[in-house]
Amino acid sequence: MMKRDECLEILARHVTEDDIVVAIYSTAFDWITIRKSPLNYIFTGAMGLGASHALGLAIGRPDRRVIVLDGDGSLLMNLGCLVTVASVAPPNLYHFVSVNGSYEANGGHPIPGKGVVDFRGFAASAGYPNCFAFSDLGPFEREIPSVLGLTGPVFAALDVVQGKPPVLDYEIMHGDKTREAFQAALNAK
Amino acid sequence: MTEPLDRTNDTLRGSSIIAAIKSAGINIVLSVPDIWTSKGLLFPIANDKELRLIRVCKEDEAVGITAGLYFCGQRAVSLIQSTGLLDSLNAMRAMGLEYRQPICMLVGLLGKEPDVAPKDSKKVGVSIIEPVLDAMGITHHLIETEADVPKIKPAIDAAYAKPEPLVLLIGRRPDAT
Repeated sequence: MMKRDECLEILARHVTEDDIVVAIYSTAFDWITIRKSPLNYIFTGAMGLGASHALGLAIGRPDRRVIVLDGDGSLLMNLGCLVTVASVAPPNLYHFVSVNGSYEANGGHPIPGKGVVDFRGFAASAGYPNCFAFSDLGPFEREIPSVLGLTGPVFAALDVVQGKPPVLDYEIMHGDKTREAFQAALNAK
Repeated sequence: MTEPLDRTNDTLRGSSIIAAIKSAGINIVLSVPDIWTSKGLLFPIANDKELRLIRVCKEDEAVGITAGLYFCGQRAVSLIQSTGLLDSLNAMRAMGLEYRQPICMLVGLLGKEPDVAPKDSKKVGVSIIEPVLDAMGITHHLIETEADVPKIKPAIDAAYAKPEPLVLLIGRRPDAT
């Protein structure tokens, strides 16, 4: 089991300034303290749609990598998105899911099937050609460069627990300025 | 009760709708199949080389995909059934209303009677749609005959210009012509 913030810090070392990162809810709050960039897309609005936003971005900007930092509860809400993504098969989409078995943003209640469901198996069955699962920082750190070097769509389940409690700033998440900054940064290149 | 609309003999051609959305700069259609628009719209769109059809598993996925595309300067429209619209309302609330994004939808008004205004329909699945959209403040238009098709391009252009969400209700089964 990995601490999520430590896991994301390792990932961030391999994310370039041109990469778009779609991050949802609790993971998003961790992520924006680790990678400060206007290309953090943290405004997915409704639960369960992280990968869908990422798919639109990946289609619209095939010149960029689009990395989505999803959550297990969120993904469970819309498992069909795995099939949609796999069907479209964007080569620039990298789908990471923080598996903490918890609706962390909604009181910490357990997800249905906690400890039983196999998220990597879901993605593989949906048709993602490259699927991984990591539960220790060492292997994750060793393998992440090659994972991000694969042709997408790529899926990786990350067994995590919460690290340092994130600062929950919903104005940053939902405010106009964040979206405007993202749009400006995307248009700039 | 409004006056009955005698539109029994009117027609609506799928090709007219497709031409209208193309003229509005739409190049991607996201869809969950709807028996109301299957023959007249979805099959022709699937065979149209100028449109990219992305089949999604659930209608709210289309809202997220459209939002991502919007940031990239691409226009998309969802082709779904009114049941799917109802299933997507939270996503529309978030992306369309709170974030003010041009989430545009062609929505088959499954079961709408040809001579009855939608809100006067005896079918709950038809009668509630416009009031729900009104309650949410979502702009909508009824596309039921060829005379309604000219509304489509300016409505989509306006949705992107403002920006705001848009629902175009397909009030009869479009002909596959």
